[in-house]
Formats: sequence, C-alpha cells, structure tokens
Amino acid sequence: MVVTALQETPLAAVHKSLGARMVDFAGWFMPVRYKSDIQEHQAVRNKVGLFDVSHMGEFLVSGDDAHDFVQYMIANDLNRLSKPNMALYTQFVNENGGTVDDLIVYRRENDFLLVVNASNMEKDWNWLQKHAGKFKALKLKNISDETALLALQGPKAVQLLSDLVGKDLSGLPSFSYSQEKVDGIEISFGRTGYTGEDGFEIFCAAGDSEKLWKRILAGGEKYGIEPCGLGARDTLRLEAGLPLYGHELDDETGPLEAGLGWSVKLEKGDFIGRDKLKAQKEGGLPKQCVCLRSEGKALPRQGYEVYSDGKKVGVVTSGSTGIHVGYPIAFAYVPPELAKEGNQLEIKIRDNMVVAHVVRRPWYKRAK
Amino acid sequence: MLTYPAELKYVKSHEYVRVEGDTATIGITSFAADQLGDVTFVELPKVGQSFKNEEKFGVIESVKSVSDLFMPCGGEVIAINDKLSAEPELVNSDCYGEGWMIKVKLSNKDELNEALSADAYKEFVVE
Repeated sequence: MVVTALQETPLAAVHKSLGARMVDFAGWFMPVRYKSDIQEHQAVRNKVGLFDVSHMGEFLVSGDDAHDFVQYMIANDLNRLSKPNMALYTQFVNENGGTVDDLIVYRRENDFLLVVNASNMEKDWNWLQKHAGKFKALKLKNISDETALLALQGPKAVQLLSDLVGKDLSGLPSFSYSQEKVDGIEISFGRTGYTGEDGFEIFCAAGDSEKLWKRILAGGEKYGIEPCGLGARDTLRLEAGLPLYGHELDDETGPLEAGLGWSVKLEKGDFIGRDKLKAQKEGGLPKQCVCLRSEGKALPRQGYEVYSDGKKVGVVTSGSTGIHVGYPIAFAYVPPELAKEGNQLEIKIRDNMVVAHVVRRPWYKRAK
Repeated sequence: MLTYPAELKYVKSHEYVRVEGDTATIGITSFAADQLGDVTFVELPKVGQSFKNEEKFGVIESVKSVSDLFMPCGGEVIAINDKLSAEPELVNSDCYGEGWMIKVKLSNKDELNEALSADAYKEFVVE
C-alpha cells in the first residue's frame, strides 16, 4: 500500500485554528465545516460566507495560438469573451461526448486563465498537453501551487469587497474579471461563484492568502460573515441546481445530458466532442438529469435508485436536504421521456419507496 | 463541546445508556453528534417493539451522512422522543438531555456489564 500525504492549501493551519473539521477531499486536506453546515449555508443565502477553494487548479494558456487552442478544447464559444477581463463557464468534452471536466475560462489581457476542479487537475493537464501538439505558438503553465483562491459569496459580498478595495464594485457585470488591492495585497477576481448567490472568486499569491483571509473575515464581521466549508459549498451548489463533477458530470456523461445545453455552442466551429454532442442533440439524449423534490424527511443520497411504476429507471447523483428551501432535493439521471416537469417518480430510500416529483431547475433562485 | 457524563454507559457504536431501575434511556454521544454534523432526521422504532443487544433500532441522518443506530442493550421500547421529529437538532444541542432517542425496559441488565465507562469511551474515541 502506498500512503500519500494529503495536499494542503496555504490556509490549512488557519482552518485548524478556527476549529474546522478537516477531511480528505480528492487528496486535499480541506475544511468540511467550521461549526454547522446549516449555519454556513444560511450565512451565504442571507449574509456572506468565505470559502477556501485553493485546492482548485489554475492553468495559464498564452501565445498566438492560445485563443484557437482554448476554443478547440471547450464546448462554449470563446468568442463570447469579446474583450479581456471577461469569463465564461464551460466544459472540456471528450471524443465520446463525455465530460473531462467543467471549468471557468477567464480572458485576461495577454492570456487565458483556466480554473479546473482539484480532483481533475492532473487529468486536465494531460488532456491539454495531449491536444496542444497541433498548435504551434502555445504556452501552458500550471500555476496552481503558487495561487490561492477564495470564494466570497452572498448578498453582502459586493459591499464587503467594495469596502476592502475602497471602490464601489456593485456595477461590475456578472462574470467580469478585475484587479485590485486589499491592504497592499494584489488580488484579481471574477464576479462568479458556485452557490447561487452574488459574489466573487478571488485569486491571490499563495503567500498572501492568510493575510487576505483574515482581512476579509475581520472586514466582514459587521455583515455577519462566516467561514464556510466544503459541506456548505456542496449543499449551496446543489440547491442552486449547479452540477458537480463526479456526480452529475463524468467521463461518460456530457453537458447536454446534465442540462447544460445553454453553455454548449455547437455552431461555433470545431471542438473536441462536437460530433457526439451534435448527434445527441439531433437524435435524442441517452439520459437526462432532473431535479427532484422528494416527500417526507428521509434524504435522497448519491447512488439511491429511482423508480417509475415499480421499475428501476435511474439513479440519484446528488441528494441532500434543501437547507434554504426546506425539503429534500436530488439530482438524478432518468430516461428523457420521464424527465418532464411534474412527472412523479420514486426514490428507494433504504427499504422505503419515497415519492419524488420532477421540478423546474433550480430549486433555489435568488431574487434579482 | 464534547462531554461524556460519568453516570452513563457507552458502547463503541457511539450510543449511550442511562440506566434508572430497569429502564434504559438511549441516545448518541456528543462525539457521534459532532461527527455527523447537523442532524436532519431521526427514524425511530415504535413503542412496543423489542430489540436484541446490538440490533439496529433506527437511522440518523445529517446533512452529510446517514448512519444506523444500534442497541447498546436488549429490551422493549416503552417510549420514544417525539420531539425529535420536529426538532432533530436537539441531538446536536443536547444529546444527553432533550436529544435522547428511546427508552427501553431492559431485558437483561447483565448485558451492560460489557459497556464502557465514560473514561473508557473517551479513551476509545480519541484514539
């Protein structure tokens, strides 16, 4: 047996000092919660929460062919980023129409910044390398180790970050990218997130992250800020109807099946996986991701079977209590003919068949 | 705060027992509650059901996990904590008090001779 030490973000010691419960997440020693999943979830819905997501991977793509390369690797249309300092959500799709990873691409002044899932970092890096050969003027750089990433999420996030940088940030468009300073610390940030709330994902040098983390928590005290763990991050993203790689997306499951068709641009030109996705769109999806609301109090969980008229038709990929909406919720894959809103299914929870209704995605949508 | 009251008995599956005469009050320890995180649902048996020592008597769900509950002793259920249906969070806030789960009439008090003392349980969980 090979024992590998868990990787740590530059903030691991800070999390421990805050009393966080630390777990192994995809090989990383990460805070799952500080006090309470529910309290952290509600802090983000009602006030503001701060997450360390430095385990995520960051790649820089530069050179004259950078644009064409990234465009070829992703399913969304990079030309939507018409000028620097904009970002978009997309996926790397494989030749079979499955998903290598989902990611955010930032167009910066002189390069593209790709932010990928920690669990896929090595796979993504190899995937990019494998296809880079066709492009001559291209430079790829993995800056994950020297980069920290904090997510500041919730209705008070804009006010708080505005206080910290000394500038009103409320006019920044969603998915814009900016550079500022907080007490001399250089930060860059996208108005992005993974919680269903307004907020930012903030990059800084790994060495500055402890100072920045503490500065944000101190400045956020008056807004009721809570440090939040991966537990709340998962319940927040689920309630907001956002897929998670390894659950709703994987090497065999593509973005159309996952309900991410809005981010797939088949007409933009060639990209890896396009033919398969086009065939799926024209010929029908093999399966479809649905949002379920189940009855009772028992919670649906990943792996639980889904039934229709007594016949097994699918499986739950993520499930939990919808902490803010107040009922059990789950993502599940079922045949497309059963995916219609209002359709009634059953989830086998232990020995019981629990009624579950297909509902509109997402369960939670913030008021704008 | 993790506490292990000295007057209780404990088992390695993290349930505790409070013995009063031939009645045992059963719940989960503060260590278990802390591990589970926010409890969202406790599935309890019905009054009148009998269970053997170490038999599964219920299920506890938290936001992040689901676990079976096991009898620390055999007996017939004479009461369940109805409050947990509306307030499962009592398991987190007061596991030894208002967060109790079931009361049973002990079928064999000797079974508890093998249960752990507070000190022995504490040693077990810090390992």
